[in-house]
Amino acid sequence: MKRRDFLKLAGATAGASSLAGLAGCASAVPSRARVVVIGGGFGGATVAKYIRMWNPSIDVVLVEREGSFTSCPISNLVLAGYSSMQEITTGYEGLRRHGVQVVRDDVVAVDAAKKTVRLARGGDIAYERLVVSPGVDFTFNDVQGYEAAMQSGRVLHAWKAGQQTVDLRRQLEQMRDGGVYILSVPLAPYRCPPGPYERASMVAAYFKQAKPRSKVLVLDANPDVTSKAGLFKAAWKDLYPGILEYRGNAKAVGVDPAAMTVKLEVEDVKGDVLNVVPPHRAGNIALQAGLITTNNRWCDVDWRTMESKAVPGVHVLGDATLSAPAMPKSASMANNHAKIAAAAIVEILGGRTPAPMQILNTCYSFVSQKEAIRVSSVHAWDEKDRTLKAVPGSGGVSAARTEAEGTYAWNWARTIWADSLA
Amino acid sequence: MRFLILAATVVAACPVAAQDIQGRNLAAPCAICHGTEGRNPSKDLVPLAGLPADYIVRQLVDFRDGKRPATVMHQIAKGYTGPQINALAAWFAAQKR
Repeated sequence: MKRRDFLKLAGATAGASSLAGLAGCASAVPSRARVVVIGGGFGGATVAKYIRMWNPSIDVVLVEREGSFTSCPISNLVLAGYSSMQEITTGYEGLRRHGVQVVRDDVVAVDAAKKTVRLARGGDIAYERLVVSPGVDFTFNDVQGYEAAMQSGRVLHAWKAGQQTVDLRRQLEQMRDGGVYILSVPLAPYRCPPGPYERASMVAAYFKQAKPRSKVLVLDANPDVTSKAGLFKAAWKDLYPGILEYRGNAKAVGVDPAAMTVKLEVEDVKGDVLNVVPPHRAGNIALQAGLITTNNRWCDVDWRTMESKAVPGVHVLGDATLSAPAMPKSASMANNHAKIAAAAIVEILGGRTPAPMQILNTCYSFVSQKEAIRVSSVHAWDEKDRTLKAVPGSGGVSAARTEAEGTYAWNWARTIWADSLA
Repeated sequence: MRFLILAATVVAACPVAAQDIQGRNLAAPCAICHGTEGRNPSKDLVPLAGLPADYIVRQLVDFRDGKRPATVMHQIAKGYTGPQINALAAWFAAQKR
């Protein structure tokens, strides 16, 4: 007897209560659920939780390859030694308490005609609505020599918080005083627009304390700082003169791990730590599932429901989406995309028509150990242009970098972790 | 016991009134800073759940009009109309602390 057949039988004979008991067990994978969610990040975790909150009669299975969630927000503070991997890691017990069945596995294929997903370990899960929240993957081939250099550990992106965050912190700690840390930023759009500039600030703060003869060199493929430019540049001028150097229009086209250089279009730049972030696209499963609609990178959606414009019955969230105008690829947005999708799925499964939602974004960036800056925006459905648009006159950035914003940044981080996962 | 479970299921499956859904959906994005359903354990922010609706409305209008100083809320409040503010305030007021 196959394992899944056994489980069906167990469920049929022993009743629903023992099935619920099995749901907490790693080997119990259901063969169907009204909603299946792929990915347990800010988007996927939040949609699973909110569907259960808003209609507990809908069963939700979430498939996630990692055993716990590691937050990209605050991970730049880990690089500086101001936070720890433990602090940015959250388990999935909170989702289980909401009745979400969390399955640790990888979805290797989506069959949208049969409405099933296939797991890497074998077996299919049938769904009525599918949510794909895959985050990003990298187009390594855009940077010559990247993949081999990354495998060797000589070049890191650390743009998904996890082992590479740990490895990059170690490289920074081991670097000689007087060394050069290179941070290469890809062309927009990429995950977390202000993220690279926060990272440059955090590494500069660490150097200023621990190895003051060292340098941070930002090689930005974009012509200028893409987010909160005035606030970042003021912080760099005031706090890190002689430590942090910024160069725009400096796109990495290759890396040479033997020479420890980043290859730009016209010159090679040598460093001691090479942190090269390659361009992104929607995560691999979005590509496999035929959800990518635009520039071979992003997934266009109906912003009233987050339903894919390519594949009916499938909702796409977070960084993988073709962003609406003035909408960043951020944790706050992914979390709020998830609420649009949760509300829409509850309505659709109830036989009703979902109404458009209004959402908001808030992104904090640390520029020193205690001080942060912020950008916010409010996004409302525009019936004429049929997309979410920033509400005129709303939103903006911090008046200045302050410790108060730093306090609110930590509040935001802890609160959004809980809102998504607890 | 079985009756209780059944009763709970029936209640949960009942469609929420459209007005409540509007307030709920307007309030949900606030949770990134103010906590799920306005319940934030942090000492840095006032929990919104269970605050009187007219108090929430007054604060949002004062943020919007620049009468109450803020680090961020003056910029966010400008994104909401009067009826939207009333709806989300009523929803937060109806939540258990």
